[in-house]
Amino acid sequence: MRTPDAPPLLSARGLRLAFGGVKAADGIDLDVLQGEFLAIIGPNGAGKTTFINMTTGYLAPQGGSIAYQGQSILGLRPRQIVRRGIGRSFQLPQLFTEHTVLENAALAVAARAGIWSPFRRLLRPEWQEEAEALLERFGLLSVAHARADALNEGARKLADIAMAVALEPRLLLMDEPTSGVAATEKMKVVETLVRVLRQAGVTAVFVEHDMDVVARFADRVAVWSQGRIAALGPPAEVLADPRVRREVIGIEAAGAPSGLPAGGGGHA
Amino acid sequence: MSNTPARHPSASSLPRLGGAARGAGLEMALTLIGALALILIAWAAPWLRFVLTIALAKGIAVLGILLLLRAGQVSFGHAMFLATGAYTVAFLAPSVPEALILLPLGGALALGLGLVVGLFVVRYRDIFFGMLNLALSMVLYSLLEKLYSLTKGTDGIRVAGLTFAGQSPPRETQEWLMFGLALGLALVFGLLVRAYLASPMGQALKGIKTRETRLEFMGVPARRVLLFAYAFSALMGGVAGTLVAMTSRHVTPLLAYWTSSGELVFIAILGGAGSALGPFLGAVAFELVRVYAAAQLADAWQMILGAVLLGVILFAPGGVWGILSARLKGRAA
Repeated sequence: MRTPDAPPLLSARGLRLAFGGVKAADGIDLDVLQGEFLAIIGPNGAGKTTFINMTTGYLAPQGGSIAYQGQSILGLRPRQIVRRGIGRSFQLPQLFTEHTVLENAALAVAARAGIWSPFRRLLRPEWQEEAEALLERFGLLSVAHARADALNEGARKLADIAMAVALEPRLLLMDEPTSGVAATEKMKVVETLVRVLRQAGVTAVFVEHDMDVVARFADRVAVWSQGRIAALGPPAEVLADPRVRREVIGIEAAGAPSGLPAGGGGHA
Repeated sequence: MSNTPARHPSASSLPRLGGAARGAGLEMALTLIGALALILIAWAAPWLRFVLTIALAKGIAVLGILLLLRAGQVSFGHAMFLATGAYTVAFLAPSVPEALILLPLGGALALGLGLVVGLFVVRYRDIFFGMLNLALSMVLYSLLEKLYSLTKGTDGIRVAGLTFAGQSPPRETQEWLMFGLALGLALVFGLLVRAYLASPMGQALKGIKTRETRLEFMGVPARRVLLFAYAFSALMGGVAGTLVAMTSRHVTPLLAYWTSSGELVFIAILGGAGSALGPFLGAVAFELVRVYAAAQLADAWQMILGAVLLGVILFAPGGVWGILSARLKGRAA
């Protein structure tokens, strides 16, 4: 659970990145606290995914710093950052589509436990067992032998996150874990997710568009707007802010993108 | 989850295991039958012994193509490793006539070349990967052709007399020895490739084809995964080259020419990429068709090969292996 007194797990300062004239990150300062669930909300194009991409080494910021457990991770490759304990899942699940769900999970287990063994089976008993245990935690055991591209979106999302969790991250960045999931399944997916992550003691940052999910599961909410953090605080406070309501939540319902002025109310 | 029936875990894994075991049993049975059939043919039709030895050697090289195909990559230059092995034999046979030394040496040199070339080409994918391999193999071809004082150019080099474990047996015994050596190595490399493909590294290779980004975000360097497969394929290419040189007793730059590389890819598709048996089924079929078609229709045999390839791609994308395994599984069920 949250330990507010501990030093932040991840600390971003003054992150800047522009694509052409579009500022995807325009001075992002953010601390991710040990054990918290931090939701990122905001209109499309506000730079939410860019933040995840910069933190996981996929994009290099043009300015600013990112420290994980007190050490800079700027300039590291994605796979080096993963090895340090920052996992990520994707808006479009990145599964090995020609493998079964079980093989996907086993490959993730192998990635952690030692993939460089050329002549022993991937599905050796100990890895198969661990992969099955992992799938069971995510409620995916019943589809273990289905091909990954045969799953529905909710199961695909969970499998994608399961593969990240197999690497035993301390911090998990999830890009829209519920987008594309059928409304009837959404809460089930999120509940599974929260239960597993809490059990594993994983700190989580997740981009989310569903305010019910945010209100129920986030410890804090960061509101993104035009590459800046417009508001940050507990969900009850931030989601009650009339400007956030009008300009983020209202906008999302109407689907017309336009941002908030930066540095607005609700700053914690 | 709703579109797949929920099954109890133990109930679901048991039939799968049974299916996998049956598939493996089929592969093993076919391997044994195939090996016995080859020995029988080589015994009954001595003129085919040479053809079958060459086919087995090429099958070993095609195993390497199959590895790269798993990663979705096609090399149009793998003949360079075959040529490396073959010219190793040709250059060294006068001073080191021992086949059992030349064979691993040719493989080792090809492995070394494979590591160096691999470091460069595994940075590229798809058409760039294929064309870079092609370009590099053509560089080797030009060197072999132009450095006349060393390689005797397009005339090629006659391979000097060889010894086997210190002995120089009569010609027929030598032919049998080469055939046995090729068959034994084919079995060994076939089993190694089979184990490799089922291993985490082999499965990650397949992951390069479908989701390379995921590999990186699992902390696995995809290029190293591909480099290992590439080096392994180069080793097998080199071993195949030494076998070809020792069997045909004559090496020419044509071994490194792009059509030779294309032939390896052709055999891989003809045989099917679904099993380590595929390359050998393909290679034997290819060499036999070539021998008989060339004898019957000297001018049209390449047209026949072209038509066969077209037929395989259109109607049997699993190749000879795909046709055989579907037939046999259908009968067993």
